[in-house]
Amino acid sequence: MLAKRIIPCLDVKNGRNVRGVRFSADRDAGDPVELATRYDLEKADELVFYDITASAEGRAIVQTLVEQVSECVFIPLTVGGGIRTFADMREILKSGADKVSVNSAAVHDPDIIRQGAESFGSQCIVGAIDALRKPESEGGAPSWEIYINGGRTATGIDAVEWVEKLVDHGAGELVLNSIDADGTREGYDLELNRTVANRVDVPIVASGGCGNVEHIYRVLTDGQASAALAASIFHFGDYSIPEVKYFLSERGVLVRN
Amino acid sequence: MIAVVNYGMGNLRSVEKAFEHLGFEARIFDDPGQTISASHLVLPGDAAFGDAMNNLRKGGWVERILDHIEAGRPFLGICVGLQLMFTESEELGRHRGLGLMSGCIKRFPPTERVPQIGWNQVRYKQSIKALEAVPDNSFFYFVHSYYVDAEESEDCVATTEYGLEYTSIAARENILGVQFHPEKSQQSGLRLLQNFASRY
Repeated sequence: MLAKRIIPCLDVKNGRNVRGVRFSADRDAGDPVELATRYDLEKADELVFYDITASAEGRAIVQTLVEQVSECVFIPLTVGGGIRTFADMREILKSGADKVSVNSAAVHDPDIIRQGAESFGSQCIVGAIDALRKPESEGGAPSWEIYINGGRTATGIDAVEWVEKLVDHGAGELVLNSIDADGTREGYDLELNRTVANRVDVPIVASGGCGNVEHIYRVLTDGQASAALAASIFHFGDYSIPEVKYFLSERGVLVRN
Repeated sequence: MIAVVNYGMGNLRSVEKAFEHLGFEARIFDDPGQTISASHLVLPGDAAFGDAMNNLRKGGWVERILDHIEAGRPFLGICVGLQLMFTESEELGRHRGLGLMSGCIKRFPPTERVPQIGWNQVRYKQSIKALEAVPDNSFFYFVHSYYVDAEESEDCVATTEYGLEYTSIAARENILGVQFHPEKSQQSGLRLLQNFASRY
């Protein structure tokens, strides 16, 4: 049986791991290489590096980090943030990343997903979205809008329609980040995950809002996500990965121990 | 010297690095001619079966691989590298493989999320040198949409469950193939690579 995955996410800015609350107010949360090594020892199932500077300099820093980390860490690494072109994608994969996560660039030009999937395989291409719940959806069936540029720019695109397009173009996995929940530590947006999981066949990675182990349990069961991404609960030592996995396996969720 | 076959498909550096980390000499080769003296040949791969097979042919790798195996030297196929060892694949049309073993590559049933991505368990059907000190039911990291349906039960060393039970490790004498990525599977994967490099 396939195990549910626990994925620590390192937001990298100028070579340090930082963690923002609703995309702002960064706090320094340590050296990314040190953190990656710790998570590897704790048996994290994958690691995500997210370049929040989203600039050429930021990308170069993340590339160096990936090179360093992949020397000593033998779990899959995903890099996101600042991937604008096909060339950026290729550079990141060349530095040793196993997957590349594309967000705003796909909205500007969905063909980047197709090009990536055709050249490197769908398994390398992660479609990431930042979704904000539409106010008019309260009461009725919920819906979400896609935001780009780190959650700053509305696009008017419906999130569920958009993820179907990402999968059509060849994304092998989706990361669903809820802007409403991100940084609040009040729990993942279960409805967003469940709604998308019912519309597409690729695995779903839940992101944004994790504050405790119960949140992870809920999104992997009720939320139908295949994996849970979390940042601050790990970086600040609220929980270790073994603690999270113990909690989940006690409740009947299959995890890798 | 462990030679990693570069035919333009997949993350080869992580395979090379895993062997180096274990203290073995490993190198990525673009030219089959340069691997004639290699003790071990490793065929990784993340791409579609048809493209992968075409690139192997174009790069002149098919003969080199067959000669290497014929000479009794150890060969390891990883992911699509395992699939290429079989007769044919149904991925995006029908494509012939290397035909080292009999069987067909098929798509996972629609009841499952595809690709399968993540850590799944491997259940042993036979004990072979590659699995020494790797406990039965260990987790390995998998990423694939198609699986091996092996014809001969003696080629199937271990199986994994994902909607159905399929061959996740195949082996015969000096030939070994694994569906998962040992280079991304922490201790279990590294141990398997170490066994391949030192016991074969």
